Amino acid sequence: MSQSQSAQAQHLPVATRQVGRLAQSLMAMTLGLFIVGVVGFSHIDVIHNAAHDVRHSNAFPCH
Amino acid sequence: MSTFRSIVFASVIAGFIVGLIVTAVQQFGTVPLILRAEVYEKAAEHKHEASAPPQAILVHDHADNAHGAEAWEPKDGWERNLYTAGANILTGIGFALLLCGFFSVRSGATGEAISWHEGLMWGLAGFAVFTLAPGLGLPPELPGVPAAPLLSRQIWWTTAVLATSAGLGLIVFRRSAPAAIAGVVLIMLPHLIGAPELEHVETNVPSSLSHQFVVAVTLTSLVFWSLLGSLTSASFAYFDRPASA
Repeated sequence: MSQSQSAQAQHLPVATRQVGRLAQSLMAMTLGLFIVGVVGFSHIDVIHNAAHDVRHSNAFPCH
Repeated sequence: MSTFRSIVFASVIAGFIVGLIVTAVQQFGTVPLILRAEVYEKAAEHKHEASAPPQAILVHDHADNAHGAEAWEPKDGWERNLYTAGANILTGIGFALLLCGFFSVRSGATGEAISWHEGLMWGLAGFAVFTLAPGLGLPPELPGVPAAPLLSRQIWWTTAVLATSAGLGLIVFRRSAPAAIAGVVLIMLPHLIGAPELEHVETNVPSSLSHQFVVAVTLTSLVFWSLLGSLTSASFAYFDRPASA
């Protein structure tokens, strides 16, 4: 276990690449929130009607 | 493989599987209750229109048009369920992207992959943040039950989600007494302010049906988040393994 850990430690990105990992993670999270926002919260009627049962089933505020 | 690509691949796979499973679960849990409530909703609309004088019907129709009552909606049956499945899958992928973002930051910091069990814990945190906390103030509602203006509820819902996630974060990651106290206060705050609600609610939908719906939504959501947490962590660990880094 400790061997694999030290092997991984050697592969650990340097500071700049860690920042890159953080930035990419934040980007993915923003994309995720955007998707949930559109499906669950958009006031556009067509989107509301298509996702109607999901909004109710997820207890997102609806109507 | 870049971190972003690993996150997206892992989230799409986990979100797709969980979305399909939850769609099946909803067909037995929440959807029959929604359909039953819609019978009451439509009956109430019918009664309202029949009892209104012609002038009022015109105004009513016009108002409905303004809100897009004529807008497209899927036909009941297969088409409706297909869109429900699509929306469930998208919701699954969206929340999986959010979870994976945390997994990626965590595993980047520790150098260890997130286990399915730790993923399950994150999923349960998601259940607390996105279902339990907002559901305390704004219980899951059936169609045909009047509620406060939509935007005010959406704002309160978002506030509850942000406060609960920040509160849980303080409690879990700070590990100091002042942070824990601040966390608990943060979680309580939106509920002390109070969710927007109508002073007088009149509905034909039986309260027993509404109660069943609260239970069905909460249980379905528990299944959704447990599966999403564990599956997302497992698929992210696969795509983010050192060999492919």
